[in-house]
Amino acid sequence: MKRVPGSSGAQGGLYAAPSIFWLSVFFLAPLAIIVAYSFLTPGARGGVEWTPTLDAYRAIANPTFAKVTLNTILVAIGATAITLLIAVPCGYYMARSERQTLLLMLIMIPFWTNFLIRIYAWIAILGNEGFLNDILLATGLAKQSVRFLYNRGAVMLVLVYTYLPYAILPLYSTIDKFDFSLLEAARDLGASKLGAINKVLLPNIKGGILTAFLFTFIPIFGAYAVPLLVGGTESYMLGNLIADELTKSRDWPLASAISLVITLVTTIGVLLLLRANGNAVLGGSGDGEPAVSEPAAAIGGSR
Amino acid sequence: MKGSDVVIEHVRKSFGDFKALDDVSVGIRKGEFFSLLGPSGCGKTTLLRIIAGFESPEGGAVLLDGRDVSPLPPDARHVNTVFQNYALFPHLSVFENVAFSLRLKKAPESEIKAKVAEYLQLVELQAHAHKKPSQLSGGQKQRVAIARALINEPSVLLLDEPLSALDAKLRQHMLIELDSIHDKIGITFIYVTHDQQEALSVSDRIAVMNAGEVLQIGTPQEIYESPATDFVAKFIGETNLYEADVASVSGETVDLSVDGFGTVKVTATEPPPVGSRVSWTIRPEKVRIGLEEPKSARNGINAIAGVVDEPIYSGFQSKFYVRTPSGLVLKVIKQHADWSDDGPEIAWKDSVWLSFSAEDAYIVEVKR
Ligand SMILES: Nc1ncnc2c1ncn2[C@@H]1O[C@H](COP(=O)(O)OP(=O)(O)O)[C@@H](O)[C@H]1O
Ligand SMILES: [Mg+2]
Repeated sequence: MKRVPGSSGAQGGLYAAPSIFWLSVFFLAPLAIIVAYSFLTPGARGGVEWTPTLDAYRAIANPTFAKVTLNTILVAIGATAITLLIAVPCGYYMARSERQTLLLMLIMIPFWTNFLIRIYAWIAILGNEGFLNDILLATGLAKQSVRFLYNRGAVMLVLVYTYLPYAILPLYSTIDKFDFSLLEAARDLGASKLGAINKVLLPNIKGGILTAFLFTFIPIFGAYAVPLLVGGTESYMLGNLIADELTKSRDWPLASAISLVITLVTTIGVLLLLRANGNAVLGGSGDGEPAVSEPAAAIGGSR
Repeated sequence: MKGSDVVIEHVRKSFGDFKALDDVSVGIRKGEFFSLLGPSGCGKTTLLRIIAGFESPEGGAVLLDGRDVSPLPPDARHVNTVFQNYALFPHLSVFENVAFSLRLKKAPESEIKAKVAEYLQLVELQAHAHKKPSQLSGGQKQRVAIARALINEPSVLLLDEPLSALDAKLRQHMLIELDSIHDKIGITFIYVTHDQQEALSVSDRIAVMNAGEVLQIGTPQEIYESPATDFVAKFIGETNLYEADVASVSGETVDLSVDGFGTVKVTATEPPPVGSRVSWTIRPEKVRIGLEEPKSARNGINAIAGVVDEPIYSGFQSKFYVRTPSGLVLKVIKQHADWSDDGPEIAWKDSVWLSFSAEDAYIVEVKR
């Protein structure tokens, strides 16, 4: 193996300095603080007392935490699955369309409006005196207003709505590179339409599906604003639990411990997935989507 | 005989306002090596895709063994395609690519193993079974595509410019191989190409296409020797093509009066009436070139004097552009044979005599 001239250790370190600085200040240091806090005693009005204890981790072991975790997992898996089921055909349609720029624009337009305002827009549509109920009542389809909001369904709906663009974009860019004549080759060899999609399209866009999965599952797992605004008690998620521990119970160590659990669960999940799909993601299949190299960046990003 | 006959009846296809195929009718016989030959964009791929079922024609029908398959999807036709860009599945090994159609049919594992081995052997790729398509050369990918299509035991194999991505030497080799595979398997091959050499050398029959129409269907000899239209004459091989008026007719021999040049005797199976405007052709290799006036100008031999405008030497043959006093330029090809045949060297600016037999010169089109 030849050494590239000028790639001596000192210089290599120099080039890496900005990213090392970035990682240390904005990721490792906060993470270290969270780890440290999780082993301390809660202060009276928030903050921590410097007395080490495992209380936070003992608190996690209670059934409420398990219930909220289970709900979070269910919502995250369900919403991600629905998002992907919608995003794959959308990405396919966009890649085959002759008006790709227009469609891309349409995908981007929601980002021009603040995320919270878009959630309130859903409340305006789905609320008891909302737009949808107005129509139902006016047309006589319903005798009294239907309660669409404040349940798990509403949370899933708004989560799917929110993260759909994040799933469509990587899928679109992967499918756009797919050679559609392969589908014809499969049909030619006796595959049905669906068979061709299953046996040829899906395996070849694995990288895009995985990226879309990570882009939706991780933020949904840490979701905070959506369950807070459109969810009810049964759709309470880990993000809400953390926020409540921080602001209402003022138990910072417990909030830190829960955050760490989310980080750990998602990191391990992501690593397992990357490993299982090593080929598709790490470019082994030639033109696979580049790996999502910083899964950690999205972790714990509760919105 | 294995294979199917394929009848294409009055097929039309447009893309928007553009007529890609305009009333195309072709009859292809069982077991035939049939070529669709024409310049790029003339509708060959479109016709092939209609036969395979990827495009539906706007009018007309495609019959396989007399049965109209127009309403059938591609997976229900007993036809397989070797695609122009190979279209190998990048996520599957060579073995799995070839096994693809057997796996769809849920064939037992032992049968899959045996048959894939058999077809990989047919294309001499046994040693590469485990490789991914990206690890293969162009010629090897080509072979995988052929094996993958043939293992399904189609009655018709469609090949869309299968050799166009290969370099010249390999192309020649693969062409011979295709021909021998055709002989072994015995099914109908429909071979699309824009390369007239390829089509001439392997086909039983050829359909020459241009601008969405079939201009002529015939054996390579028929297409080469007696082109039906000016386009076919110019597209196949090298030729001299001129216009002239019919001066007199006696039997199948026609005297043409060529503009500003004089009389030329040519052949026509159905001679047009005197006074018709026609185009006529003589292949450059059918013209003899010499420094002396041909003696005993036999009946039916045309002799023309001229000056060599440009000699082009290319080893086994030389090409001459000879200008006659009237300004007409004839292309002449002289093969370099052994010592007994090679006369004195002919050079630039030499005055020469050209001669050709009326039997080698044909009327192509009657203009009016
Ligand atoms: N899907 C399509 N949409 C629009 N035009 C097409 C389409 N497919 C083919 N064409 C046009 O039809 C003509 C014939 O194409 P094709 O059959 O591919 O020609 P060939 O294979 O002889 O080169 C071309 O001018 C091409 O641009
Ligand atoms: Mg083509």
